[in-house]
Amino acid sequence: MLDERKLIAALQHGLPLVSHPYAAIAEQIGSSETEVIEYIQAMKDRGDIKRLGVVVRHRKLGYTANAMVVWDIPDERVDEMGHCFGRFDFVTLSYRRPRHLPDWPYNLFCMIHGRDRDDVMKNLQLMIANCCEADIKYSVLFSNRCFKQRGAIYIHSEKTEAVRA
Amino acid sequence: MKLTAVDRTLINQLQGGFPLTEHPWDELAEKLSIPAEDMIERIRLMQANGLISRFGPIYNAERMGGGLTLAAVKVEPERFAEVNDIINSFDQVAHNYERDHELNMWFVIATESPEEIQVVIDKIEAQTGLDVYNMPKQEEYFLELKLMV
Repeated sequence: MLDERKLIAALQHGLPLVSHPYAAIAEQIGSSETEVIEYIQAMKDRGDIKRLGVVVRHRKLGYTANAMVVWDIPDERVDEMGHCFGRFDFVTLSYRRPRHLPDWPYNLFCMIHGRDRDDVMKNLQLMIANCCEADIKYSVLFSNRCFKQRGAIYIHSEKTEAVRA
Repeated sequence: MKLTAVDRTLINQLQGGFPLTEHPWDELAEKLSIPAEDMIERIRLMQANGLISRFGPIYNAERMGGGLTLAAVKVEPERFAEVNDIINSFDQVAHNYERDHELNMWFVIATESPEEIQVVIDKIEAQTGLDVYNMPKQEEYFLELKLMV
């Protein structure tokens, strides 16, 4: 029998870089390769695992301009705008989040990754031209320094890397 | 580290998925016409050099029962380093970026349970004396961090 806690703990640092990674995990937790594959597949099917693969550090790959663009969108239009912005391939995230009035009126957040700031600003204009009125209220928050990029959550008291918030 | 053509192919391919089969590398080797051992070695190297932060399953934190939020504080320039140290000292703080806005420090809090988010925020407020703006996701329209190289 496969022990879910053991499997998740064994995967906390990812898959081992060996020719048969699922067999290596199975051996580590006293299960079989088939069981491990089936269990991971089940976790994918129910959405607990978004995908298998690599997560990159964008800055190290030359995507040094990272902007969080925040928008003040009327509540009744935020769903439509959120979907519209999400369709651009340079947009990696589009979420609705709460406003903090009066000083933070923004309720829609997008992340844009680009090679430089000009690249990001050009893409931003494309989003505005395609999705909303030119007088839309927004703000662009470029990141200056990254102090920590780890991406960790705790599962069964084990540290496990995960997606961004 | 300078990326080779193989590295670029691997990054572009593996952001989209890794086979969940008994011979995943052999399958990829056939598809990409790159020997399996070479791919494993290049991934190892890119991981060692910090270009790849993870290879394996990417979890959906909320579905796994954890708490996740984006938070921000307004920090005076002269207190920046001190506040940064306090916030980063929490294991639950996953990312922390300086951004150019009055709200200038932005961080992700990831916890074992949803309730723990508020506990961490309260502690950060107590230790820094600053208001933490909590901005949890209310609706997800799109999320896919895939960057072609």
